[in-house]
Amino acid sequence: MKTIRSRRVRETLGRVARYTLLRGLALAVTVIIAVYLTVVIANMGGKVDDIRRGMIKESIAMMVLANEELRKMPAEERQAVLLEMEQLEVERQGLNRPFIVRSFEYLWTALTLDLGRASYISSDSGSRQVRLILLERLSPTLLLWATAQIMIFFIALFFALILSSRYGSFFDKLVIMLAPTSAAPGWFYGLFLILIFAAVLKLLPFGGLVDAPPPQGFWPYSLSVLKHLVLPVAAQFMSGLFLLIYSWRTFFLIYSSEDYVEMAKAKGLPGGLIERRYVLRPTLPYIITNFMLMLIQVWMGGIILETVFNWPGLGRLLYSAIRLSDTSVIVGSVVLYAYLLAITVFLLDIIYAIVDPRVRIGAEGGKA
Amino acid sequence: MSRVSRNLQEIIKYPSAIFGLLIIFLLVVIAIYTLATMSYQEAINRWRGDETMWAEYPRNALPSWMNYFTQKKLPTTMVLDTATSPQSKERLEMEGLEMVTATLTFDYQFDDFPSEVAVFFTAKGEGEPPFVMPYWEMPDGRRIELEAQSISRQKRYFVSLDNRLIRSLGNRAPEEGLFLDPAAAEGKPAKGQYKLIVEGYLFEPGGDFDVKLLLYGKVHGMAGTDHRRRDLMIALLWGTPIALCFGLLAALGTTIATFIIAAIGVWYGKWVDALIQRITEVNMILPTLPILIMVGTFYSRSIWMILGVVIALSIFGGGIKTYRAMFLQIKDAPYIEAGRAYGAGNLRLIFRYMIPRMIPVLIPTFVTLIPSYVFLEASLAVLGLGDPILPTWGKLLQDAQENGALFKGYYYWVLQPSALLMLTGLGFAMLGFALDRIYNPRLRGR
Repeated sequence: MKTIRSRRVRETLGRVARYTLLRGLALAVTVIIAVYLTVVIANMGGKVDDIRRGMIKESIAMMVLANEELRKMPAEERQAVLLEMEQLEVERQGLNRPFIVRSFEYLWTALTLDLGRASYISSDSGSRQVRLILLERLSPTLLLWATAQIMIFFIALFFALILSSRYGSFFDKLVIMLAPTSAAPGWFYGLFLILIFAAVLKLLPFGGLVDAPPPQGFWPYSLSVLKHLVLPVAAQFMSGLFLLIYSWRTFFLIYSSEDYVEMAKAKGLPGGLIERRYVLRPTLPYIITNFMLMLIQVWMGGIILETVFNWPGLGRLLYSAIRLSDTSVIVGSVVLYAYLLAITVFLLDIIYAIVDPRVRIGAEGGKA
Repeated sequence: MSRVSRNLQEIIKYPSAIFGLLIIFLLVVIAIYTLATMSYQEAINRWRGDETMWAEYPRNALPSWMNYFTQKKLPTTMVLDTATSPQSKERLEMEGLEMVTATLTFDYQFDDFPSEVAVFFTAKGEGEPPFVMPYWEMPDGRRIELEAQSISRQKRYFVSLDNRLIRSLGNRAPEEGLFLDPAAAEGKPAKGQYKLIVEGYLFEPGGDFDVKLLLYGKVHGMAGTDHRRRDLMIALLWGTPIALCFGLLAALGTTIATFIIAAIGVWYGKWVDALIQRITEVNMILPTLPILIMVGTFYSRSIWMILGVVIALSIFGGGIKTYRAMFLQIKDAPYIEAGRAYGAGNLRLIFRYMIPRMIPVLIPTFVTLIPSYVFLEASLAVLGLGDPILPTWGKLLQDAQENGALFKGYYYWVLQPSALLMLTGLGFAMLGFALDRIYNPRLRGR
């Protein structure tokens, strides 16, 4: 008995692992395609070439500074040597080769975020390294995004379940009425929230991550961050919540008229149990797919939300990079967003594999 | 015909659909009105106009309907010009020179100070420029001396920026100091008749000059003005046809493209279908907005370029999955079998048999997609990637954001374009949701 069970567990794990591995591979290919596209688009005006040339120039200039002999040369002679060295380096790195060949090289540098130095923007620690600048901005973005999305997911699920069991009630109608408000993105509601809570009521800050100067100590600091987090999270809530509740409630309604649910009701099972076991369980895969599609939108919307709230994350970085036309930072941010989207989808795919019986039990076909 | 009327009858059952239709109708009316009253070129020229074009407009003025909500009556802009009232000038011959006294008289009845005061001089004649000595006369008869100066051709004297005057008024801004009622406890303008008297000396025969007094108000027009004195109405009005046009074209382009691709995939099946599916999966998690941003920064920020890229990126959009499921259901329907039996070709079967059958399903998605593209345009504009020449709602928001409108209390600057965006979003979304419930019977009554 025990061996059968452990064998089944092993089989299930194997299937889930196989599924996630396949999805992971597919997503890796997607990321590569996305980054390649980014490189091609970015380099159509020779932008990436410029970055590379700039890097070569800089490294040669640094070498000259370190080299006594070269420094003592007359200026014209030194210039000639410099040019020659630059030419050599350009040829060595293959910048004079056709773009098709180079594009694959760029693909690798972009994938590893090895984009050299930013021309204008520097990180808070003073570094000009694009990779460091990007990584530094990642955590505020993740903080804002994860807080909002996790809360939205569970709150929407909770209300959708409640409303599906009392459909036609006042609150149900209210949610149907409010669902169209999701046509506007989060940053749009952000403007109103700033107006009401920051400008008029002066309750919450206009934007930013912490008070200036940042308070000392862990608790005061966290409290300050929390205070700054309220409005952007609320803005995402306003733009996403009602539509999610509405569409999930509709899912639940469709599934709760299935025969097996009627059967469970006839058996006299308690309402909570029916909701969890007979309604939520079979709809969960659809809900996760649905949520995934929304998340992709939200990631993009975050760029503008951060700009509106002056939140020092990736989106805000992208905004300042656009202002300053800092090419390497722009390309880097796009690449990082490609990664973030893929990772999000991948995480949800794992959850999907765990909750979807077709993957778990191993019936034919998986997710389309 | 009967089908259309039946659909209309269905729609009327949903109050939200009627409401949505009303909003859309209103927006279309605004768009038509705009196109009829102000040409495209005129709008662009005026919006991109420099300071001279907008010199007689106040800076950051509230919309004039604000006066209905406040007890204080805020001033509108007043412009007085000697060129349009020749009787305001008196001439006096003296030995070798001519003295001209120009008097501009006005009645000030507002409860608040103007936002700025300026005097523009225009001198005629070629030789020695005229010399002017302007005075300001309050209702109680007090006289305040303004800066005496010689004026060549066009001279703009911004009274509000005159440091000497500010000092002589006791460090008070001239637009307040020149109007202050000494009897009132708190700062209030004295109501009554004011005069600007300009004594000018002309050093050559036939010379002349004109004086224009500008009292910039705190309210202007239906929409107020921005930091560059531009009338926001232009952008609010012209933003409407642009938003509707962009939203409609983008939604049309993307839905039709995905729809046809889905139909082709289902019809040919096998590797075609598989390929389309894979491309869709890749495309779905492409970072669309960052790519659009990249196109905007590196190539062109023209709204039509962005439109093209949006459509190109969504040819293999997420919609394909939904449409594919629907097409699969009708692929083997008897009427298609019949069509095949008649010998209809593949393309004919796809475009004349499959696609028309599913168009009703397309309509709700199409309608709900429109506002998302309107907001996409606004989003790009807020990032500073709006069309470089067109005035749009998004660009108003960006200007407001850039100039700290919320922080400084210029709420109208944010609220007006937002209200229009919200109306557009709500109008189409409400109609779309209702249509969805009509065309997808599974959701009917739920």
